[in-house]
Amino acid sequence: MRASKHPESRRARRCALALAALPLVLAATAAAQTAPPHGRYGIGTPLTEARLAPWNIDVAPDGRSLPAGQGTVAAGRSLYAAQCAACHGAQGEGGQGDRLAGGAGTLASAKPVRTVGSYWPYATTLYDYIRRAMPLYAPQSLTSDQVYSATAYILHLNGLLPEDATLDAQALRAIRMPNRDGFVDDPRPDVTAATGQPARQ
Amino acid sequence: MQASTDSSLDLDGEADEPATAGRARRDFLRRSMAAGGLLAATAAVRAAPAAAPAGNAAPAAADAPLDIPAWTRAPGAATGAQLYGQPSAFEKSVVRHLRPNDKQYISSSTRSPLQELDGIITPNGLFYERHHGGVPAIDPAQHRLAVHGLVDAPLLFTLDDLRRFPSESHIYFLECSGNPGYNVYGKTAAEANGLVSCAEWTGVPLRTVLAEAGVQAKAKWVIAEGADAAAMTRSIPLDKCLDDALLVYSQNGERLRPEQGYPLRLLLPGFEGNMSIKWLRRLHVTDAPVFSREETSKYTDLMPDGSARRFTFYMEAKSIITAPSGGQRLAQPGFHEIRGIAWSGRGKITRVEVSVDDGATWQEAALQAPVLSRAITRFRFPWKWQGEPTVIQSRATDETGYVQPTLEALVAVRGVNGTYHNNAITPWRVAANGEVTNARIKAS
Repeated sequence: MRASKHPESRRARRCALALAALPLVLAATAAAQTAPPHGRYGIGTPLTEARLAPWNIDVAPDGRSLPAGQGTVAAGRSLYAAQCAACHGAQGEGGQGDRLAGGAGTLASAKPVRTVGSYWPYATTLYDYIRRAMPLYAPQSLTSDQVYSATAYILHLNGLLPEDATLDAQALRAIRMPNRDGFVDDPRPDVTAATGQPARQ
Repeated sequence: MQASTDSSLDLDGEADEPATAGRARRDFLRRSMAAGGLLAATAAVRAAPAAAPAGNAAPAAADAPLDIPAWTRAPGAATGAQLYGQPSAFEKSVVRHLRPNDKQYISSSTRSPLQELDGIITPNGLFYERHHGGVPAIDPAQHRLAVHGLVDAPLLFTLDDLRRFPSESHIYFLECSGNPGYNVYGKTAAEANGLVSCAEWTGVPLRTVLAEAGVQAKAKWVIAEGADAAAMTRSIPLDKCLDDALLVYSQNGERLRPEQGYPLRLLLPGFEGNMSIKWLRRLHVTDAPVFSREETSKYTDLMPDGSARRFTFYMEAKSIITAPSGGQRLAQPGFHEIRGIAWSGRGKITRVEVSVDDGATWQEAALQAPVLSRAITRFRFPWKWQGEPTVIQSRATDETGYVQPTLEALVAVRGVNGTYHNNAITPWRVAANGEVTNARIKAS
């Protein structure tokens, strides 16, 4: 709480300064109106990459936006035990949270088991999701290295990384998930109504 | 408690009622007198003044004089007793349906009580919910929307900024793609299909805001992200963003409710609900989808051959009878209007057919105006129930010519492990005693 007070008071000081400099601000606004920096309405504030960085967290399969850093299966194991196992099970077998491991070869069966290893098409998605949303009660609390470690350990649970592996951006990009080619684009409409047929058998 | 129901009505509206009713009775009486006979006699009985003292009498004989109830004999609650109005205490049971046994309620859902609703607009407090990381309590003054990526000018917007843009209002339905999954045994309309609702949404067209930042030629997708604890993320084709997508700040005339994305949400008409990102904080314009967890691990439709459909955006045409529906009871044989709702993510509903003979024959229902594209449309069908056990059901057709399928037709193509996009017909069984149940649940 105390730490958060400082920016507030700084902001207050800035406000006071801004008031003192009001004529300057008005002059700047007038300039902006004659030459809008963007768009038709001139609404919104220019946004720098540095300012956006804490929010700019989506990781596509090309992995371009993966952060620096690295993690290991070993570090992931202890992190997982402390922060993930309670919901996802000691070996990723699931519980209150989704099952994370196993299920290989079940997708075409009557009881498919969808896990990171059996279903997810891209390993980058694992990094993206852990970083943005896990652990459930403290999302966006892990460091980049911790996210790499947790990702490495879950991939290891699925037999996709060896025990002694280290994971970084380059290594993560290079992983090819077993179900990479398992997805097709939407073919609908695909069902024709059986007009006049009973709705029940 | 009951006496608290709005004294203002007595002053503004209800006071006219007796006079109107009186006029109607007199008109009726005149007509009846002209017609003569029994009708006139009946009307005379109805119009007879209540002479007997009223009170908390036991149920009177059918022909006893009408009671004058307590709420007529004393003023009601003072004006302003509720500065944000609430439903009547008698409607306490009209609430969203929460499944009792979810593993947790951080990522969970509630269903709209369709069987209790009239009209095409879902009240804000009864709009279905699906959250992936709980409902955040966002201070609108601190909320921001970032627009960046393949744009000429990355921009940050406050809510005040967004409200300055030209503002549009549109009525659209929203439906979860897991409505109802392939567990088709919901006991009520809410349980069977309650992950759908409809509202008037007000906001700024997304294309207006994207144009403000200047979308570059290479752009093909927009990745939308929420400020909730799930930082819910979906990739949306740029075409949709430039078509009818809305950045919404108000729903049914008031600011969004927290559970609907306050203070800002995306609304993608006709697309599966989870894509209409709530608590929207960021729009990343890109040349490719991000393949987020919510568009790979979830919200993909597994087929019997082990392949999975991805980017299954559209909600196909569907309808459901909401009255009479599961959990209700027809009190007596005779006239009953079958009522329900229909909707399609691909445009307007053009036709709803109803079967009252277990699917043997189908008849056209009346569509209640307004019939709007990608909104709920009400349908009505007059039915004279003779007291026979039967099954009633409805099926919708939309302006593309697509006809809502049976569950059997759907399952024959897609199997039962797809989880999403089950838009099959919902059949209701009517028993001889008038009880209505889900026809897919075996009669006991």
